[in-house]
Amino acid sequence: MSQTTEPTASAVAAGEPATFPPRRRKKTNRGPIWLRPRFLISGTIVALMLLMAAFPQLFAGFGSDPNANCNVMETNQAPSSEHIFGVDIQGCDYYTNVIYGARASILVGIVVTAISFVVAAILGALAGYFGGWVDVIISRACDMAFGLPFILAAIVVLQLFSERTVWTVIFALALFNWPGGVRFMRSSVMEVRNREYVQASMLLGASKTRIIKSHIIPNSLTPLLVLQTLGVGGVISAEAGLTFIGIGLTPPSVSWGLQLAAARDYISAAPHLLVFPALFLTLTVLGFVLFGEALRDEFDPKGK
Amino acid sequence: MSLPEATIQNGTPGRAAAPLMEMQGIKQHYPVHRHLPIGPQKVVKALDGVDLDVRPGETMGVIGESGCGKSTLARVMSGLEKPTEGRVLFRGQDINELKGAEKREMRRNIQLIFQDPFSSLNPRMTVEELVGEPFAIHSEIEPRAGRRNKIRELLELVGLNPDHADRYPHNFSGGQQQRIGIARGIALNPKMLICDEPVSALDVSVRAQIVNLLDTLQKELGLSYLFIAHDLQIVRHISDRVATMYLGKVVELGRYDEVYDRTGHPYTQALLSAAPELRKNDGADRERIVLQGDPPSPIDPPSGCRFHTRCPLAQAMCVDQEPEPVEISGTHAARCHFADTVSAQ
Repeated sequence: MSQTTEPTASAVAAGEPATFPPRRRKKTNRGPIWLRPRFLISGTIVALMLLMAAFPQLFAGFGSDPNANCNVMETNQAPSSEHIFGVDIQGCDYYTNVIYGARASILVGIVVTAISFVVAAILGALAGYFGGWVDVIISRACDMAFGLPFILAAIVVLQLFSERTVWTVIFALALFNWPGGVRFMRSSVMEVRNREYVQASMLLGASKTRIIKSHIIPNSLTPLLVLQTLGVGGVISAEAGLTFIGIGLTPPSVSWGLQLAAARDYISAAPHLLVFPALFLTLTVLGFVLFGEALRDEFDPKGK
Repeated sequence: MSLPEATIQNGTPGRAAAPLMEMQGIKQHYPVHRHLPIGPQKVVKALDGVDLDVRPGETMGVIGESGCGKSTLARVMSGLEKPTEGRVLFRGQDINELKGAEKREMRRNIQLIFQDPFSSLNPRMTVEELVGEPFAIHSEIEPRAGRRNKIRELLELVGLNPDHADRYPHNFSGGQQQRIGIARGIALNPKMLICDEPVSALDVSVRAQIVNLLDTLQKELGLSYLFIAHDLQIVRHISDRVATMYLGKVVELGRYDEVYDRTGHPYTQALLSAAPELRKNDGADRERIVLQGDPPSPIDPPSGCRFHTRCPLAQAMCVDQEPEPVEISGTHAARCHFADTVSAQ
């Protein structure tokens, strides 16, 4: 022990800088975020799914429409070189169907989340910043909405419609998805409002507008955005779940939930009908959740 | 560091000529949350009649245990909180009654340095934005074009590398963060800097650097300080006058050497004796005085002298009669019936 410390001590005494073994750098500090594996992988999945939802024609080389080129004579065929995901019960190319199914899921996921984000940002900021009776009204409304189980409440609302499109499902899910975000935003605004840097800004004579704009919003909106990104996966699986049990989208629409519901009856005869939509659904949900986590780690300045 | 001796010796506490800031009869009471909406409303008396003044170019040190109202004093004095009763005067004007341009002018002149340097800096702003915020708010002081240079100058003044202006607060150490906070505090050339335990959150090795920085800045910029700290040695080093607080009241006030060496209040004596490294001027050791029990609740302070429950000298009269400040010398007073005896020890 003394042998190892002596040379260092003499080096310091001689005025030379002491040398230490290079410290291992923290894991999170390597390179820019877009080069880190988790962000890279999840970002690719998310980008691919978004592209698939926006322009399914780019991927579906076997027909411009999921119902084109159907041949009722060849139902439930296993994957082959001609139909790489096989053929479904209607005799349609399953690959095209799965690709087109992305649109409903992604649309529901993103639109519901966007609505919740806007509602949460406005109501949460109002409740958190002004407090008093504004806070009481908003918080109690939140509590009431929380009292209803999310899926159960959505089922009840969806029951009111006989033909259910993507927009009906979005409406039903958005109606009950916002309270969590409002509570989150409220508490983070309340926390930020009492931070010392807000007080420092007040002492410099800053206006309310300036304090909200440059201190409160930047420090409370990003965490909410990250939370909502994490929620996209949940909304997508809620849509698929509702559709699977027959409460969500109805047949003219194309969605992974509907495909899973249809495949349920042929699980032993044509397992590929279950595997492909399930795979895509899992990948999408996983992609969005990982993406949200990568964002959360990046934007939480204390986490670094 | 201190003013010419004559100025200090001719003045008497609370009645000095033209103080920069003056607190008159400040009371700050916070209502206690009631579990039932019946019964009397109790209040925490964080400050219960504080008179204190700070003269131009002077450092007023404030000592006292946790919970005695030191931080509340800083918040009221800086204008973050409006006192329940009493007035906070800056150059003779009540800071809570100013409006418009006068208020803006006052805000430029009174600044606060916080205890926790990290939480006093917005984590999403670069150093340049943080130190530039005062100029963004008071844009008349420094035109946009010269701002960058001014910020670099300020960073240099507080001992930071101006090339680090585009970094974020979490890239800096605690001491450096406190330097950023100080740069922001002095940016508008204030007259009064209130330091609420500016070094308590820092490593002992860094404390001296920050205290020396504050000392240098005072000389260069002619600042007045209200300096709150736990560290009695630092207070002695930096202060011209020292006030001791106990349960929301100033119990002793005097020149630093008077308070430290001819202590007039048994509470100050007990505080000082808890820091054995603080010897008296003649090098004599202090007698160790251990106070019994915790400080009483500020919701229901003791009758008479607030300190009588823990005071080693307490007599029957202390329970009934609240002592008025007893003048020990022209510049030194203590709220104790036996101040003369205590200071003669």
